[in-house]
Amino acid sequence: MAAPKTIIRFENVSKRYGKVLAVDDVSLSIDEGEFFALLGPSGCGKTTLLRMLAGFETPSEGRILIDGEDISRTPPNKRPVNMVFQSYAVFPHMTVADNVAYGLKVDGVPGAERARRVEEALGLVKLDGYGARKPDQLSGGQRQRVALARALVKRPRVLLLDEPLSALDAKLREAMRSELAQLQEKVGVTFLFVTHDQDEALAMASRCAVMNRGLLQQVATPSDLYEFPNSRFVADFIGSVNLFEGRLEVDEHDHAVVVSPELPTRIYLDHGVTGAHESTVWVALRPEKIELHKRGQGREPPVLEDTPGGHNVVPGIIRQIAYLGSESVYDVAVEGGRTVKTLRSNLTRRDQEDFTWDEPVWLAWHACSPAVLLS
Amino acid sequence: MDESWKKAKGVFAALGAPPVLWLLAFFLVPLAIIWGYSFGENKSLTEIAVDGTFRNYLHAVRPLYLGIILKSFWFAALTTLFCLVVGFPVAIAITFASDKAKSWLLLLIMLPFWTNLLIRTYALMAVLRTEGYINFTLAFLWNGVSHLTALFGHPLGPFQPLELLHNNFAVVFGLVYVQLPFMVLPLYAALDRLDRSLLEASLDLGAGHFTTFRRVVVPLAMPGIVSGILVTLIPSVGAYLTPDLLGGPSSQMIANVIERQFKTANDWPFGAALSFLLMYMTFLAIAVQAIVSRNRRGRER
Ligand SMILES: Nc1ncnc2c1ncn2[C@@H]1O[C@H](COP(=O)(O)OP(=O)(O)OP(=O)(O)O)[C@@H](O)[C@H]1O
Ligand SMILES: [Mg+2]
Repeated sequence: MAAPKTIIRFENVSKRYGKVLAVDDVSLSIDEGEFFALLGPSGCGKTTLLRMLAGFETPSEGRILIDGEDISRTPPNKRPVNMVFQSYAVFPHMTVADNVAYGLKVDGVPGAERARRVEEALGLVKLDGYGARKPDQLSGGQRQRVALARALVKRPRVLLLDEPLSALDAKLREAMRSELAQLQEKVGVTFLFVTHDQDEALAMASRCAVMNRGLLQQVATPSDLYEFPNSRFVADFIGSVNLFEGRLEVDEHDHAVVVSPELPTRIYLDHGVTGAHESTVWVALRPEKIELHKRGQGREPPVLEDTPGGHNVVPGIIRQIAYLGSESVYDVAVEGGRTVKTLRSNLTRRDQEDFTWDEPVWLAWHACSPAVLLS
Repeated sequence: MDESWKKAKGVFAALGAPPVLWLLAFFLVPLAIIWGYSFGENKSLTEIAVDGTFRNYLHAVRPLYLGIILKSFWFAALTTLFCLVVGFPVAIAITFASDKAKSWLLLLIMLPFWTNLLIRTYALMAVLRTEGYINFTLAFLWNGVSHLTALFGHPLGPFQPLELLHNNFAVVFGLVYVQLPFMVLPLYAALDRLDRSLLEASLDLGAGHFTTFRRVVVPLAMPGIVSGILVTLIPSVGAYLTPDLLGGPSSQMIANVIERQFKTANDWPFGAALSFLLMYMTFLAIAVQAIVSRNRRGRER
């Protein structure tokens, strides 16, 4: 397989609105055929970045390239990208078919071919037979499909989607997730997709960029974002996490030890950490990677085969239990006052009865589970 | 909420009765009296006998008066057209102005309402008359150019002031000036409601600004355009002061003729017939418009 070709490049792009720096020196490359997600909290600059690519905003600094060509000053109607708006922006005075045909009509595509392509696009989004309807006779999900068809029928190099699922209810959103992913595979168009919903990004994207306050925090595959976050912000934003502040005590090439005043025992890691001596580090530990064991009545602490004794095992007391159906979340108070979240799947119908409130427990985790963060 | 309001009949009656009575006593009844007069004839200087004659209407549809009515519609149509052409860009500019500029621009549009129409019309006369400042400016430029050409031995000769007042041009110009705010405000209201992302979607799909205007802005602003046209056209047809002050002998509009019947000619029945003829024609025009637009909507469904 040939190396994937870069289709979009942001080169040191910044956007200022008066004093507000909405996008701060973003450099980013997106390859052809990717399903790329831009993820971040509200107001972090995702929409602004997307609108600069679509041509509705001009970068204050930097350049944007599509297929190697600088398009920073190209008007929106001359760019090989199309957008699905958050509000869908379906023309209310046109039928579904006219909406989809609009982009082809202004391009001067002849009638017969236009009709064929509109038909095909409507089929693609499963709206065959809806061509004669007016948008106000459609449901929200159907309107969104019209917006999709209208953009896809132009065969863009890149399809931009600004929170396309946020206006749909939870069930429909989930259904549309897999449908969008399938659609992208079928048409092979590069999708650049904005969301503030991390589940959405993890479920659909082949690669994600996490933004915070206009800055690009990390660009990685969904599993790398989750398992190897590069900062406290990313670790905290993607999924839920326990963060412990501490100091590196041992740092060898094949293991490291962190001392945290928030935990009574040391944290042992099965890998070295580079470039962090003397400074503060943070250890990120996902709740589902912490095991829960019964304590008290003379029970010994659990033994972890990959970890020397006295590390990664902490005594505590269950303070809170949240039963979520498929899993339960336990808030465990450990010595020193810190509360640690752990998560346990309810593998059988009886599992949620194993532990109760105020029960003494051991928390334990493997040497490969924690991630050390330098910022 | 809606329901409970509808149930409060007493409140409705209490709130609704005074304006209804007012309209009845001071608008509909006098209108009916005049309507009655249109079927009557003068018996003496002060006495009118309503005897159901159609003589006044027959009189009114003679070519002389019909011509003036048609001319009134023609002037009104021109006025409306110019207001639309001038007002649309103004409304667009206001819509897309920053919030702060927007309120100032709207204030500017409404500012003329704070001044009496008579004063505004006289002010316009000061602009347009032969010694007015349009001609003054033109004369200044003319003389400047004349000095230049004189250097090459070809002076332009003395400046002939343009006749801008007391003609058809002055009437339509004045009407456009008076009616423009009535066109701009409904247009602005319609454009302001327009979802901006629709315009962006059109651009995004490859349409230029002009295509976006034609295919998206105009159709969606249609209700505003229609009401702008109506509130400009109807008062223009019956305009009185503007043609009276700015017009010449051949640019009288129907309202001036009607005024003469009631005042100098003291022929109230004929004046009433002319008034109502105008009203019937206006209603007819609105009815046709309503039917056409209903049919169009029906077809679109
Ligand atoms: N036209 C504008 N004028 C001034 N400030 C703006 C403008 N558009 C965006 N901003 C500011 O830029 C920042 C980024 O906005 P942006 O819309 O890109 O956020 P976002 O990541 O899309 O957020 P959300 O998830 O809420 O849609 C915000 O602080 C916002 O207030
Ligand atoms: Mg946004």
